[in-house]
Amino acid sequence: MSADPSAIDPAKTHLVKDLVHDRALVSCRFDAQGRFVFAGSEDNSVVCWDLASGAKTVLAAHDSWPHALASTPDGQTLLTGACDGRLIWWPCAAEKPSPSRTIEAHAGWVNSVAVSPDGKLIATAGNDRLVKLWSAEDGSLIQELPGHPKYVYQATFDPSGRFLASADIAGLVILWDVSVRKEARRLDAGKLSKYDQGQGVDYGGARGLAFSADGQMLFVAGLIEASNPLGAVSNPALVAIDTREGGAAPFLHRPKDDLKGVAWGVKPHPGGFLIAVTGGTGGGALLFWKPGEVNEFARVALPNTGRALDLHPDAIRVATAHHDGHVRIWSLTEKPPG
Amino acid sequence: MRCDYSCRSDEHVMNRRGFLGGVAGLGLGAASGLGSLFGRSGAASAAMADQGKQMLVVWLAGGSSQLETWDPKPGTVTGGPFRAIETSVPGVKICELLPGTAKQMHRMALVRGVNTKEDDHGKGHYLMHTGRPQTPGAEHPHLGSIAARFLNPEEGPLPGYIHITPGGGGLGGSEAAILGPKYGALYLGNGQPPNNTGRPLPPEADAARHALRRRMNDRFATRRRTAETDAYTTTYEQALQLMERREVFDVSKEPERDRDRYGSHDFGRHCLLARRLLEAGSTFVQVTHSNYDTHNENFAFHLEQLGEFDQGFSTLLDDLAQRGRLDNTLVVVMSEFGRTPSINYLYGRDHWSAAWSIALAGCGIKGGAVVGKTNDKGTEVVDRQVGAGHLFHTYLKAVGLDAKGDFLVNGRNIQVADPAASPIAELLA
Repeated sequence: MSADPSAIDPAKTHLVKDLVHDRALVSCRFDAQGRFVFAGSEDNSVVCWDLASGAKTVLAAHDSWPHALASTPDGQTLLTGACDGRLIWWPCAAEKPSPSRTIEAHAGWVNSVAVSPDGKLIATAGNDRLVKLWSAEDGSLIQELPGHPKYVYQATFDPSGRFLASADIAGLVILWDVSVRKEARRLDAGKLSKYDQGQGVDYGGARGLAFSADGQMLFVAGLIEASNPLGAVSNPALVAIDTREGGAAPFLHRPKDDLKGVAWGVKPHPGGFLIAVTGGTGGGALLFWKPGEVNEFARVALPNTGRALDLHPDAIRVATAHHDGHVRIWSLTEKPPG
Repeated sequence: MRCDYSCRSDEHVMNRRGFLGGVAGLGLGAASGLGSLFGRSGAASAAMADQGKQMLVVWLAGGSSQLETWDPKPGTVTGGPFRAIETSVPGVKICELLPGTAKQMHRMALVRGVNTKEDDHGKGHYLMHTGRPQTPGAEHPHLGSIAARFLNPEEGPLPGYIHITPGGGGLGGSEAAILGPKYGALYLGNGQPPNNTGRPLPPEADAARHALRRRMNDRFATRRRTAETDAYTTTYEQALQLMERREVFDVSKEPERDRDRYGSHDFGRHCLLARRLLEAGSTFVQVTHSNYDTHNENFAFHLEQLGEFDQGFSTLLDDLAQRGRLDNTLVVVMSEFGRTPSINYLYGRDHWSAAWSIALAGCGIKGGAVVGKTNDKGTEVVDRQVGAGHLFHTYLKAVGLDAKGDFLVNGRNIQVADPAASPIAELLA
């Protein structure tokens, strides 16, 4: 699919493909070349759909839910991390994919996996409070990065590959200098977290994490106003953080109304806006924010609660994964006539 | 329901030790005097309890998930993301969130066929604490109050029923129902000592004041004795003892190594306090861990909560065993209900009483026993279904109390435990 960038109009977003699995989905990701869309399922499998043919392949090797998916830049390899603590390498285009490598990556859940822009490093984040760097080539552990006091939910490389950002349940963001493999500085997305004294739980944290194209801004997806964590009473929100020393204070993006739910993922669009998917008691939605504006400028209701989001390399299509087992592919353009 | 025993009948003069098997030598005459409060019990149940029995209840408030604790179903449509792990009992697996507890399984028993038919928090709380459904106009004593009444020595150094809560709370003595408010719970909000246990006066002035109060109370009691005046007197006497023993509530007196083993979280501290209270002679200690009402993000919250539970509970159970107390201490882990096998769109599980589990350990319990079974998806009980009444009978039997004894309420005999139920024999040692 190709389109004139000027044709991008989030308000005109419409469904172009509906891909169905028979169990609830928890994650989704396009491969870096844009041929496939992958989704992790509550049946422990990762489902692969060929976007051109619609052919469906099931990747079965995890013993638990695969929340973490990432593609190498060449699109040849899919990395999957799950609540079984394992990180698995898969050949993307194989007719009957089987793991090419499996490692015990974390003690507890692997919450996030990211591949460096040059394809040489893999970063994982886990409930063992660790961020880890791995060799993409041979799967060897390069460095453990301790520092988070609580579960680490997200990790992502900046576009230059020099920095890695990780974010935890308490909203602590650590910027790691990958070249020296040390902490560079700490950033604050604490607006997205709370400890509920009455219910005795930490809640919130980073549910999605992405850098801007220039690497200066970091966007953290999550929730605010969690008045009843166990009852799912919260509003989705994004925090935009200037990663530079002495940068501006974190900026909060929130819905213009009392939409209930969580922002489960965020992607910056080359057109200069942010896309987030939400899910919760308020239903599913795609929300579109412009930098510096508190409220969204466009919103598209989804037919089922949203759980994950990815932006296709063509910057036109967006994938959303849902509790009803669907991966829905949306176009950010006006629907053609007929 | 008011405890109406201003009748001054013999049973109210009778020391509770009369119920205890250890003093069965009191004989038929004494025992028969108990008839109208703890009724046809009479001689037969004069031997119904042993002295020195204690109870520990860990209450997982909100309704913990049986699938994330005692009855995992990994790899099924209802199983969720967690795996099952081996325990110290070959063939018995529990959720991977309980690795410490898994090592204690040979000391524990699981009841996996619980069907309580009650999905409401308040009614489930009542049901699991009393062994009976909540009905208008009837109030039954909680397990802790029964223990305080029939297991705790009258002159016991601590209140018979102590409840350690994460915050405040409390039912204002109504837990005791017909037994009277003096058998209600003493609540230790967030594990803190009872209020006002510091001494406001010099010891001599304090002693003189209490001597005067006792003389006036005794005089008043000869003509106007009621459950409330008894409770007032008992409470004062207990308060005096608590003031003397204030440091019993202070876990900072425990070695640092122990505090580390139990965990730096509140629940760990509360479990250590429970150990301290049991060792100091408290008959019934309840520790509430909150909160498991996970309609939203059940798995993340169970991961968080059960991490605390597993550390505190398994350490406490091991300590009780190592210190030789477990043989005389019944341990129960329960909630108001379980959680739905189906996983909702919020990654949550909702209320579910049709097929869930509880855990037991210690006094009178057969270690390693697993009673009851649910189907592959955990949606219904397929073997040895039991209700709250059966569980209540089992608790009482385990500590040597006769669940078939009667309370006399407004001239009517009411059996201590639901007469329609019976103990779960397979659980009993």
